[in-house]
Amino acid sequence: MAEPLLSCRDVGVRFGGLQALSGVELSAAQGEITAVIGPNGAGKTTLINAISGMVQAQRGVFRLGADDITQAPPHERSRLGLVRTFQNLEIFSNMTVLENVMTGCHARLRVPAWASLLRTRASRAMEKTILNEALEVLDFVGLFELAKYQARDLPFGKQRLLELARALGARPRLLLLDEPAAGLNMSETQVLADLILAVREHFRLGIVLVEHDMDLVMRISDQVVVLCFGQVISRGTPAQVQRDPEVIAAYLGDDED
Amino acid sequence: MSVGYRRDMRWLGGFLVVLLLAPPLLSNNYYLTVLTMCCLNAMTAVGLSLLVGHAGQISLGHAGFYGLGAYTTAALSTTLGVPVGLSMCAGVGVTSGVAALVGLPALKLKGHYLAMATLGFGVILSILFNETVEVTGGPSGFTGIPRLSLFGVEFSSDLSVYYLILAVLGLVVWLSFNILHSRVGRALRALHTSEKAAQAMGIDIARYKLFIFVVSAAFAGLAGVLYAHYLTFIAPASFGFLFSVQLIVMVVLGGMTSVPGTIAGAFFLTVLPEFLRAFENVEILLFGAILILCMMYLPDGLAGGSRRLGRLLWKKMVVRAAKDEADAEAGEGGNG
Repeated sequence: MAEPLLSCRDVGVRFGGLQALSGVELSAAQGEITAVIGPNGAGKTTLINAISGMVQAQRGVFRLGADDITQAPPHERSRLGLVRTFQNLEIFSNMTVLENVMTGCHARLRVPAWASLLRTRASRAMEKTILNEALEVLDFVGLFELAKYQARDLPFGKQRLLELARALGARPRLLLLDEPAAGLNMSETQVLADLILAVREHFRLGIVLVEHDMDLVMRISDQVVVLCFGQVISRGTPAQVQRDPEVIAAYLGDDED
Repeated sequence: MSVGYRRDMRWLGGFLVVLLLAPPLLSNNYYLTVLTMCCLNAMTAVGLSLLVGHAGQISLGHAGFYGLGAYTTAALSTTLGVPVGLSMCAGVGVTSGVAALVGLPALKLKGHYLAMATLGFGVILSILFNETVEVTGGPSGFTGIPRLSLFGVEFSSDLSVYYLILAVLGLVVWLSFNILHSRVGRALRALHTSEKAAQAMGIDIARYKLFIFVVSAAFAGLAGVLYAHYLTFIAPASFGFLFSVQLIVMVVLGGMTSVPGTIAGAFFLTVLPEFLRAFENVEILLFGAILILCMMYLPDGLAGGSRRLGRLLWKKMVVRAAKDEADAEAGEGGNG
């Protein structure tokens, strides 16, 4: 395998007296879907937060491609191509669906602030480009018809898709999905699974996915990492992980205890 | 998006035409003075609405920026004899610079804490205007400020000053619409709703907060320098805490996010005290009452209220027309 797209080495995060993550190693390759699973409180979301820079890790080195992003603030990491979604929806409710996705293009399609202020020819052309790219992404996730609606008026399932669309507007190299199926019903989850696979195909990016829905994880992931009490207890293909006695013990409790 | 921009430009055009044609209809010079003050206050309020309504930050020190612009240009042009055009530029420049210095640490704060910090800043400036008597003239005010003249053109009549200030207001509104209908505007609204998500989209939230804080203060400074050379007399009382609160009320009354609404709020709150001159001090009570009523009955302000009124009237008319038609048809059916 070539150099991984994302590599996290020896990650440690501590909240006061709680060691949320310790010695976690994670790598993700372009075109692959890496799932992070584990029981509640295992540190999955903390890992996503540490990778995206929303939580500062006390230990560890994070690399995206050739860049060392350990010290980079969240918006810097996003600009380098590491874009995330949120478990508790964080859509921009005061904007339309279209504007949400246009905001996703913010860091990639840019003109200086003074150009926007004076509405120069360059800034108008850029606005047009942003609009067209946002519409393309909306079309891709199937929200094209809803572009003009206020984001807050969308049903929950569509808001989840909007979060994904907004992240895709940034054309990430690596997409971090924090429980994308949480709160979705079975048919919506089905649609989401197909969509994630289509995203990988179309945008040729790496995906790291934190998820509770085992069917979804087993169906779409190439690699699964199992966290328990802040440590990696198993990793491998979905089939390997499912057979691992440690994983079974972590999820179902150990008979011998 | 661009449809919205075109609509806003049409509104701006209409607004400027109305105010261009207004002066001949005013029966005396006093009304022209009030109208000029409306434009100056609108300039400051529109800047503040970008900060408060769109970016979701707060400033209770904007009267300080307004005063800083006024005193800077007054001191430079009167005491040091700097040409008015140059001293006005310096006034706006100093205001922006101070805003950047204050904003850099203050904008790390949120909500109530930011309100306290900007409030403190406003109070400090207010004390400075009062106490540095050699520079500002102290509580009795700064007199003898030269009248407006730019590029060798003397704005000798009140009417010519009014047109100049109206033109500057037009420019400020145009710039504001440009910001709102661009990626900068979206970034501001994004960090208003969710700072986390804004960061995740690559938005440098500290930079954008500072940017809009400085732009907003610059608009206030611009209004301040025009005010100083228009009235040729300034006193610290005009730049106190009460005026900062009035500015916030203008924005809230206007509907927080609507530029036309904010302008309407500024005009309303500028004209109102003039009519209430007879009842001293009732003015303050009224501001409080309006704010409360506004929160209770017009959560989206004058702008939202007028939109809803429009929709209501439209519905009534359409529904009535449809009903009349149905009645007419039923009548015909009965006859046939």
